[in-house]
Amino acid sequence: MMDGALATVLIAMLGGAIRVSTPFLLVALGETITEKSGRINLGLEGTLVLGAMVAYMTSYKTGSPWIGALAAGVVGTLLGALHATACSLPRVNDVAIGIAMMALGLGLAFFFGKPYIQPSAPNLPSVPIGTWLGFTGQLEAALDINPLFVAGLATAVALWWALRNTRWGLILRITGDSAPAARAMGISVDLVRFLATAAGGFLAGVAGAFLSLSYPGSWSEGLSSGQGLMAVALVIFARWHPLRCVLAALLFGAAGALGPALQTIGVTQGYYLFNAAPYILTLLIMIASAGTGRAMRDAPGELATMR
Amino acid sequence: MQHVMDAAAQARPEAISPTRAEIAFRARRAAEYAVVPAIALIVSAALFSIFLLLVGKSPLLFYELVWRGGFGTVFSLQNTLQRAGPLILTALAVAIPARIGLIMIGGEGALVISGFAAAVAALPLLGWAPPFLILAAMGLASVAVGAAWVGLAGYLRHARGVNETISSLLLAYIAIAILNFFVEGALRDPASANTPSTFPIGAAGMIGKIPGTDVHWGLAAGVLLALALYVLMSNTTFGFAVRIAGGNPRAALAQGLPVGRLIVACTMIAGACAGLAGFFEVAAVHGRANAALAAGYGFTGVLVAFLARHNPLAIVPVAILFGAIAASGGLIQRRMDLPDAAVLVLQGFIFLTLLVSETLYGRFEVFSGERSAGRA
Repeated sequence: MMDGALATVLIAMLGGAIRVSTPFLLVALGETITEKSGRINLGLEGTLVLGAMVAYMTSYKTGSPWIGALAAGVVGTLLGALHATACSLPRVNDVAIGIAMMALGLGLAFFFGKPYIQPSAPNLPSVPIGTWLGFTGQLEAALDINPLFVAGLATAVALWWALRNTRWGLILRITGDSAPAARAMGISVDLVRFLATAAGGFLAGVAGAFLSLSYPGSWSEGLSSGQGLMAVALVIFARWHPLRCVLAALLFGAAGALGPALQTIGVTQGYYLFNAAPYILTLLIMIASAGTGRAMRDAPGELATMR
Repeated sequence: MQHVMDAAAQARPEAISPTRAEIAFRARRAAEYAVVPAIALIVSAALFSIFLLLVGKSPLLFYELVWRGGFGTVFSLQNTLQRAGPLILTALAVAIPARIGLIMIGGEGALVISGFAAAVAALPLLGWAPPFLILAAMGLASVAVGAAWVGLAGYLRHARGVNETISSLLLAYIAIAILNFFVEGALRDPASANTPSTFPIGAAGMIGKIPGTDVHWGLAAGVLLALALYVLMSNTTFGFAVRIAGGNPRAALAQGLPVGRLIVACTMIAGACAGLAGFFEVAAVHGRANAALAAGYGFTGVLVAFLARHNPLAIVPVAILFGAIAASGGLIQRRMDLPDAAVLVLQGFIFLTLLVSETLYGRFEVFSGERSAGRA
């Protein structure tokens, strides 16, 4: 009996981890690109929520969730470009601009999102991997995987490879480690950071599309509540490594899935405390990973927060 | 070293007895610190007007309603001042750590957890203790919990190098989750059906209004604390040390200043300020702790502090301005059929424009004349 309950919880957590981790993974990869260029964008929480709203609205109006996800990516790119442009001016602080972008993104999302809280938009289809593998019941449901999760995995591998093996990856790393060295090589530091922040915004926008069009799968104002911010913290934990971002995102996903998974076997005690689990986990992870020698060594040299 | 010398010159002006040219230089600097944020406000108002035109609303009507809803009548003015109180306190919670170089945005969490602590501290005293004892217990509990809450982020920054911007916001989410956990469970008043709350503190625990007005004591506390912290930051050795550590931590360490302890002290002061805001929200407005405590004062306070350039005195008028914008929210919603998030969009515009305006400092010849060579 206990074994049955434990298996139920574990399988629910596996399925939950895959679902919940997707936005973490996409935002963390985007922030990795941005931070590798030597700039931090704390505004991805705003990008995530505005992306969720735009994706839902577009999917509702066009009937195509894929166009919705693309629109979210475009809006995210624009927000990233705005952040990068503001930060390229002298004396402008990237951390503070990030806070302002968070406020602006949330404000715009809530402003234009009001009419879309009620109607239901077509969601992104999922890939029934569990069915293909011949599972039934709970395991089948747990392995009903969204294509955006697969896209996130592919992005992580591609980014990991590109950072090590391509000229673009080298330019990005040099810009993030030493702006003077990059300038000496004839690299336009502002342009590299502009592109890196815009790319980070794109991924965060798409992550928003996952929230509103797959899981939980509808638009509401409390949709994210800090996931974009936690993903930024997660990048430090993953020490700016795309593949470690995948593991960290799955860990966060499992923590986020703990409360709902316990609910499936009828444990409702402390539901609100389990809601706090991801935040507490993030804080503990930051305490464990920040300030350590390894984090210091792997951090891009230009990053203001690590100095 | 320039930072240290600048700070020294500002901290003890009488000791150096400035020349006329020095005074003129300082006046120009002060004018720049007022003019640039004013430009940013005007530009963001213009940008927001364009935004309103794009969504088919009248900017003129919007600003007229802000005026009427914020300052137009005695009632609206009192409503504005009522909201300015907690804004002053949460802005101070941002401004003091900013002086030592920390960007903390967790005032909302400290307000919520302190308000909750105040409501809980009152519970065992209700029914037998005199009102002043109940209020004292609530005040102490909220200030202590607030100081510990934000001080934790400061300590983690000092001891482990944990980014204080992220950790303070994480703590805000945790504070709200803790409040929800208790008001949905162990400490829930069964009579609070729609909005789960703690038991009411009753008339004995309420602090009342400033005599002759409809404004609660939070405003007076905010103004007094702003004055006190201004003096602390400009006229004491503590404030002097904080400004040196904020300007150049390495120089401060080389001087033998206890930078770590200063960081923790600044964040604890910040937490105490936000905690006081939580106390007044419970003891003067809601009479109990529930989700209504997370009304956004903590986040608007971040903007107020930045607009006031982290100067405690400048925070008071800026907080009143944003109190007015918040107070006119209901009127704007009814008359213009705008969602309440319109205020959030306006705040986002102001915040972004303001930060971009940082780049203007030192670009105007009028303000940036040479500092005289006559200075010692």
